[in-house]
Amino acid sequence: MNTAVTIAGVRFKNPVMTASGTFGSGMEYSEFVDLNRLGAVVTKGVANVPWPGNDTPRVAETYGGMLNAIGLQNPGIDTFIERDLRFLKDFDTRVIVNVCGKSIEDYLEVVERLSDEPRVDLLEINVSCPNVKEGAIAFGQDPAALAKITKQIKAKAKQPVIMKLSPNVTDIALMAKTAEDAGADAISLINTITGMKIDIYRKKFALANKTGGLSGPCIKPVAVRMVYQAAHAVSIPVIGMGGIANAEDAIEFLMAGATAVAIGAMNFINPYTTVETAEGIERFMRQQKIEDVNSLIGCVS
Amino acid sequence: MSKKKVTAVIRRHEEIAEQIYDLWLETDLAASAHAGQFVAVYPKDGAMLLPRPISICEIDEKEGLLRLVYRVAGKGTASFSRMHAQDKLEILGILGNGFPIEKADGKSVFVMGGGIGIPPMLETVKALKKRAGAQNINAVLGYRSERFLQQDFSQYCLAYMATEDGSYGTKGNVMDVIRAHDLKADLIFACGPMPMLRAIKTYAAENGIEAYISLEERMACGVGACLGCVCKTTQTDAHSKVNNSRICTDGPVYPASFVNI
Ligand SMILES: Cc1cc2nc3c(=O)[nH]c(=O)nc-3n(C[C@H](O)[C@H](O)[C@H](O)COP(=O)(O)OP(=O)(O)OC[C@H]3O[C@@H](n4cnc5c(N)ncnc54)[C@H](O)[C@@H]3O)c2cc1C
Ligand SMILES: Cc1cc2nc3c(=O)[nH]c(=O)nc-3n(C[C@H](O)[C@H](O)[C@H](O)COP(=O)(O)O)c2cc1C
Ligand code: FES
Repeated sequence: MNTAVTIAGVRFKNPVMTASGTFGSGMEYSEFVDLNRLGAVVTKGVANVPWPGNDTPRVAETYGGMLNAIGLQNPGIDTFIERDLRFLKDFDTRVIVNVCGKSIEDYLEVVERLSDEPRVDLLEINVSCPNVKEGAIAFGQDPAALAKITKQIKAKAKQPVIMKLSPNVTDIALMAKTAEDAGADAISLINTITGMKIDIYRKKFALANKTGGLSGPCIKPVAVRMVYQAAHAVSIPVIGMGGIANAEDAIEFLMAGATAVAIGAMNFINPYTTVETAEGIERFMRQQKIEDVNSLIGCVS
Repeated sequence: MSKKKVTAVIRRHEEIAEQIYDLWLETDLAASAHAGQFVAVYPKDGAMLLPRPISICEIDEKEGLLRLVYRVAGKGTASFSRMHAQDKLEILGILGNGFPIEKADGKSVFVMGGGIGIPPMLETVKALKKRAGAQNINAVLGYRSERFLQQDFSQYCLAYMATEDGSYGTKGNVMDVIRAHDLKADLIFACGPMPMLRAIKTYAAENGIEAYISLEERMACGVGACLGCVCKTTQTDAHSKVNNSRICTDGPVYPASFVNI
């Protein structure tokens, strides 16, 4: 039985990854799960310098999901390399570093700093965070801006580049195609969907930032639809995410056209979700007599 | 010390004051718990995904029990209140750092609790008594009106009390108690509403007293991964490299001088 998948020439032992920002750099959840069992650890977005992020409250529960407006708090690339990358050094899993910035120059600085780091297998470029005012999401909502940043990053990057797309657009197929045409090696989606919650008793927004990104099981049907549309628009691999809680959900994304999947908010509800999903996919393959996980990818069309 | 998500069995569960519940859970997590730490309790309804952080009120290591005392504040805690002995609850723990009991050695200590911040101070008093390092321990408890857990505290130390409506003890809050009785200490451990913690921070700074306060914030992961639960700090935080600290992991207990509240 083969559970391995390949993205941009990089082999993953299974298609299950962590979603950026929900798993730190793996250290916290390594108390719960064996990171060696994961296809990849995708790290929290890192910028060229430390970012303080937004005011609190930064998280709010919603029906079957949650809103977050962390604002990409991160310790900056220096600490990330010295501490977080070093921590991941000895694990037998792929490392995908999620990169954020306020300007193209910010992104390029991080990409350059990472270019000599052998532990970094791929880069994931976050152009879709709804929670920071400057830059970031603007790159992910305008096709011309997306093409420009993708080209510039591709020109500098030593590792393969995944562009992480925003669901907060009218035509996801167009954004996927734009990233592919600009040279992206893969795309990942969906980032969170912009949302809002009001506390009716306090007559206040639930989040200090007023708006936040919606994630968790409640967004899954939207995510499956977008992954399907994106996968059909491009020939590069797609990493699918949004509300995945178990192997059944993950398989749905594979069948919609994703080559791999990432698990985000559900780590908070069940810290074992990633490994249980990887095991569940194997169980499904055994039960259904499926020899190769790749045969599931895009099998519904 | 490693953290786990486990199924705990309810041993006892009763309402001890209006909307305040006393919950004893049987779980092997009890063996690794310390005063001031907390667990996160999962509602059973899948619409409510996030676990509710609740402080550890008492630890019974011998019996493998954790005591939680909580107030019904919304849908999640209301769903807990409808559960009975023998029912099962999923919990994540043990979380957070806890109170540094050893700092009390040779010192005179105030253990201060306000409202639903009172429960974690009970295990704190017990731990102080057990270590037997502190010279003197005074509990200072502030209630809105109806009291709870006061007899538990009285077993271990002198417990001074305040009620906002003056129905028992000093009328006012915990700071009023200290003034009314002219109490003195050289270390403070405290948990309670933000105005109380701010007053304690100011009082401690003015009087050159060391103070440790337990903070609250909305949480998602509870384990330090999501950066949802931060408080502002006066110095750069060792983990975040900015003036923000993760309450769930590097807190909830901080030196009052370290946090900007
Ligand atoms: C470290 C820590 C220790 C705590 N210890 C206790 C305790 O010992 N006893 C007790 O009664 N309460 C305690 N609380 C507060 C308790 O977590 C909230 O009252 C509870 O989460 C409310 O959930 P709900 O579903 O009833 O309310 P809802 O308002 O319906 O909850 C909606 C969401 O907001 C969150 N939330 C609401 N109020 C708070 C709050 N004050 N702090 C953090 N999250 C909140 C909930 O967890 C949930 O995700 C503690 C909080 C923290 C952070
Ligand atoms: C608390 C939190 C923080 C996140 N931080 C990032 C981030 O730093 N970079 C990023 O590209 N996506 C970030 N995301 C988005 C997730 O990676 C993912 O795309 C999204 O949450 C949908 O998946 P889920 O429903 O499984 O959570 C974050 C999501 C959450 C909930
Ligand atoms: S709740 Fe996620 S870091 Fe504290």
